[in-house]
Amino acid sequence: MADTILFYFFGGLAVLSAILVVTRRNAVHSAVFLVTALLATAGLFLQLRAEFLFIVQVILYVGGIMVLFIFVIMLVNLDVAMRQAQFNRAWYVWGLLAVAMGAQVYVVFHYARMQTSASFFNQAVAPVEQLEPNTQLVGQALFSTYMLPFEIASILLLVAMIGAVVMAKKRV
Amino acid sequence: MISINHYLVLSLALFTIGVIGVVTRRNVIIILMSIELILNAVNINLVAFSRLYGSVNGQIFSIFIITDAAAEAAVGLGIIIAFFRNRETVLGDEMDLLKG
Repeated sequence: MADTILFYFFGGLAVLSAILVVTRRNAVHSAVFLVTALLATAGLFLQLRAEFLFIVQVILYVGGIMVLFIFVIMLVNLDVAMRQAQFNRAWYVWGLLAVAMGAQVYVVFHYARMQTSASFFNQAVAPVEQLEPNTQLVGQALFSTYMLPFEIASILLLVAMIGAVVMAKKRV
Repeated sequence: MISINHYLVLSLALFTIGVIGVVTRRNVIIILMSIELILNAVNINLVAFSRLYGSVNGQIFSIFIITDAAAEAAVGLGIIIAFFRNRETVLGDEMDLLKG
């Protein structure tokens, strides 16, 4: 019961703030609502008992990436852009296409639910004991099976850091 | 009872809102924020399936996606700053330097 309430609370909060992110005129307001959406997702991770991902989401997304966004919003003068049109000229065409894509995927879900044995899509995402010391299991998997991807991710971050510094430098 | 279908539909809704933001907005900073929303929607799916199958692999994958999102945000915002220094604009449809 508590799971159901938490799911609908965090899910509704995430969808509501996501809608506000794409509709607000002021980029700072969008950034604040993006923080709410990301925190609601973190709440969903906690509801799914993924404690490590919950704290990674809060520290990395809300604490790291959002600070980056706020910094760029402060560096870039948005006053001119704020007084101009916020949406593309034919925004309703593109928006309609995006909604059509979403509806298409939903129809696929619907028919898959009809076709396959009814049990698959109605399986409860219940907490299982297998994943219990969550942080420990994630750490063990990262440093055994996923050792190479982990190191490649660190190289990716190094390259992205150098790229960002070079790109934002005054004279290359 | 919350089934896997609930998470799929929620994630689909967030993904669609993100795509709408990417294709309709002119401000490049908000387009980048919508991309973050899309990546986030994918993470919800991965964690839900990880919990469904009792395997930690989905959560590991989701950590790599968060790493990618950080790298992409850093490089994208660097590009925005460099572009703003040259053209004094952050509107996507005015970015036509390659048009000749």
